Amino acid sequence: MTPDVVLAARAVSKQYPGTTALDGVDFAARRGKVSALIGENGAGKSTLMRILAGVEQPTAGTLELDGRPVRLASPRDAAARGISMIHQELNLLPNLSVADNIFLGRERTRYGILDGNAQERQTHDLMARLEQPVDPHILVGALPLGYQQIVEIAKAIAQDVRILIMDEPTSALSAAEIGVLFRLIRDLKSRGVAIVYISHRLEEVIAIGDRVTVLRDGRAVAEAAADAVDVAWIVEKMTGRTAAGGVPSGPRAEPAGAGPPTLSVGGLSLEDRLHGVSFTARGGEILGFYGLMGAGRTELFETLIGLRRVRHGAIACEGRAIAHLGIPERIRAGLALVPEERRAAGIVPTLSVRENIALAQTHGLYLSPAAERRSAAEFVRELNIRAASLEQPITSLSGGNQQKVVLSRYLLTSPKVLLLDEPTRGVDVGARAEIYAIIRRLAAGGMTVLFASSELQEIMTLATRILVMAEGRITAEFAAAEATEHDLVAASAPTMAHLNGGD
Amino acid sequence: MAGALLFRLRALVALVVLLIVFSILSPAFLTAGNLTILLKHVAINAIMAVGMTFVILSGGIDLSVGSVAGLAGMIAGGLIDRGLVLPVFGVVVYFQIWLVIAIALAGGAVVGTINGLLISRLSVAPFIATLGTMYAGRGVALLLSSGATFPNLLGRPDLRNTGFPFLGSGTVLGVPFPIWLMLLFAVAGAFLAARTPFGRHVYAVGGNERAAQLSGVRVKRIQLQVYVISGVCSAVVGLIIASQLASAHPATGQSFELNAIAAVVLGGTSLMGGRGSIGGTIIGALVIGALADGLVLLGVSEFWQIVIKGIVIIVAVVLDQLQQRLQWQPSRP
Repeated sequence: MTPDVVLAARAVSKQYPGTTALDGVDFAARRGKVSALIGENGAGKSTLMRILAGVEQPTAGTLELDGRPVRLASPRDAAARGISMIHQELNLLPNLSVADNIFLGRERTRYGILDGNAQERQTHDLMARLEQPVDPHILVGALPLGYQQIVEIAKAIAQDVRILIMDEPTSALSAAEIGVLFRLIRDLKSRGVAIVYISHRLEEVIAIGDRVTVLRDGRAVAEAAADAVDVAWIVEKMTGRTAAGGVPSGPRAEPAGAGPPTLSVGGLSLEDRLHGVSFTARGGEILGFYGLMGAGRTELFETLIGLRRVRHGAIACEGRAIAHLGIPERIRAGLALVPEERRAAGIVPTLSVRENIALAQTHGLYLSPAAERRSAAEFVRELNIRAASLEQPITSLSGGNQQKVVLSRYLLTSPKVLLLDEPTRGVDVGARAEIYAIIRRLAAGGMTVLFASSELQEIMTLATRILVMAEGRITAEFAAAEATEHDLVAASAPTMAHLNGGD
Repeated sequence: MAGALLFRLRALVALVVLLIVFSILSPAFLTAGNLTILLKHVAINAIMAVGMTFVILSGGIDLSVGSVAGLAGMIAGGLIDRGLVLPVFGVVVYFQIWLVIAIALAGGAVVGTINGLLISRLSVAPFIATLGTMYAGRGVALLLSSGATFPNLLGRPDLRNTGFPFLGSGTVLGVPFPIWLMLLFAVAGAFLAARTPFGRHVYAVGGNERAAQLSGVRVKRIQLQVYVISGVCSAVVGLIIASQLASAHPATGQSFELNAIAAVVLGGTSLMGGRGSIGGTIIGALVIGALADGLVLLGVSEFWQIVIKGIVIIVAVVLDQLQQRLQWQPSRP
């Protein structure tokens, strides 16, 4: 074996009761290289990662560190050997400062007393190296998601990591933040760190990866140098079928027919988060909101559904003013929001698939499980939700299927205006294409769909009209056919123009 | 497969095992007389625990239940024994028993409303809010009689307020009335939790408050309602005890909250909210009751009984954790 392989899995298998998650997988992380791992949800990526990071033990097969067999008893054990993992769902304590988080469990002490100054100084230096102006004092909970991710990476780097496992590190990041991350990854490579990189964004994998390993149904089905492959090849290996034209770019959406206005928003302002946002959406339109993190897209959607109180401005759904109404009334008026953070605001983890689907439709005095089962079964079929049973816990589904369950819940309320905040975040390619198809079908049926995304490709593929937001304002509007990536990026850049009077 | 099922139903299994063991060890255990006494004791804890289950399912906790029981008993006791003194008119009003009961239950609902408003509107942590009303409620109960007992709740025929003792000591079809009440609360509670939108919303709020809110669940209203239910259940318990004794004492119900929480936890309801059932709670209350009764019959020292109860609760929670861990968690994308 080549000497630059630092961590290798040899014929690793993992069995759970009733299922085989990994079946004789070989995988290698190489010094100074990015080893990308891709596959659809349920292909075994997460399981393999958890084994590499010491979270789980393989049922069969071995791990080798520097060519010698090794048993990683726990994540702590793995960390002691220089293996660190950055989870998709961040493992930070929101109630502690950035510095405290970075040194958690390895606190700097002087004479046995916590040395806060040293921690903050080192955190400051670290952030300077990452080109991120993150204040070491600030509480992590007060940071936007993108910056929290950077704190997480900084935490791994602070531990003199030799092997860094990154699970969907860019799913919450804006284009600018991804640029920073990629520079950082190249920096780490030049220092000889081996990186295991998992992402659903295939272009990204090709751009940053050195070697690509494709998992399907628990087996490693293909491995190749990243510069020798393209998206079509990866998709073919992932799905086991040839996909013409790449994924997820389906046919570009047709310009919307001029349906009647369904949602009109006028002069919406929210403290310093939104400033005079106005637009009108029509039936059959798919309105894409593009912007960087913190541009105000999430705040706009949350204000539309009633999670934030409107102080200035008007919202009307089909001509009826709804700005004064609560969430249940707005849902009845025809609005629904599928939130960005599926775990925090989407699913109810303690309820079953059926109960999650029925949740927004439980009114009246008496529940009818039979009726719930009927409508849930209908959506499971229609949206192709892969669940063994309607009664199984929602948490046993993959991310893409959980997202479809949440979508079903809101479709069951027969919305006229559907708000989707980052509808495909953390969703694999297959499910992503399905969600796009569902959205197009809904719009074709006359529904108005508003979606927010920080992925250019998603915006360009899906939207019939694009609104760009920056710093709480709508800065540009494009018909889908006219928009170019360059225009969108330019319009999304924070300019501070309004402060200089140059608006 | 059968093993897994038995593990899931372990509270029920524990109950059956207890019943078998005690009936073998003590011939007095499995007699109609003893079982009636056992169930009368269980009824008090079970009714309170039904209300507590709703609170805990919603992600809260109610420490004020014991004080509410004491307060409700004292309200009823005062109204029956001394009547309502209206100094302005210089008269004393005596109410009929059904009205006395209604007023006492309303007292429980008021404390529940205060709890619910503190928690849902002012965002006070449930533990703190109900700790406060636990003290305040007990204080009010003491104030009602300046700390004394209302000794005579039999009522007087000339005031037409007799009949209160029936609640705790009466029988219907040979079965004591409190046992019927327990049955009523168990069935109504189970129906409410499992088959009504209200129940589903309680589970949803306890499972994920934000997701519930975005689904149009009126989270604050649910949070208020569960504490009102708990308050009313506790008031019922206070009335039963006062009725059984035919007297009301302001210290009634002290530390009952812990018994109620123990029954809920033994029944498999998660203190984190969102997971559990009324049926489980009833079984939990039966386990605690059978254990206490059986140990007394076997002559186990009172102090050992307390130790054993503590161990049983801990074992139940440990098994619960074990079950959570054994549940298959597939790979997360």
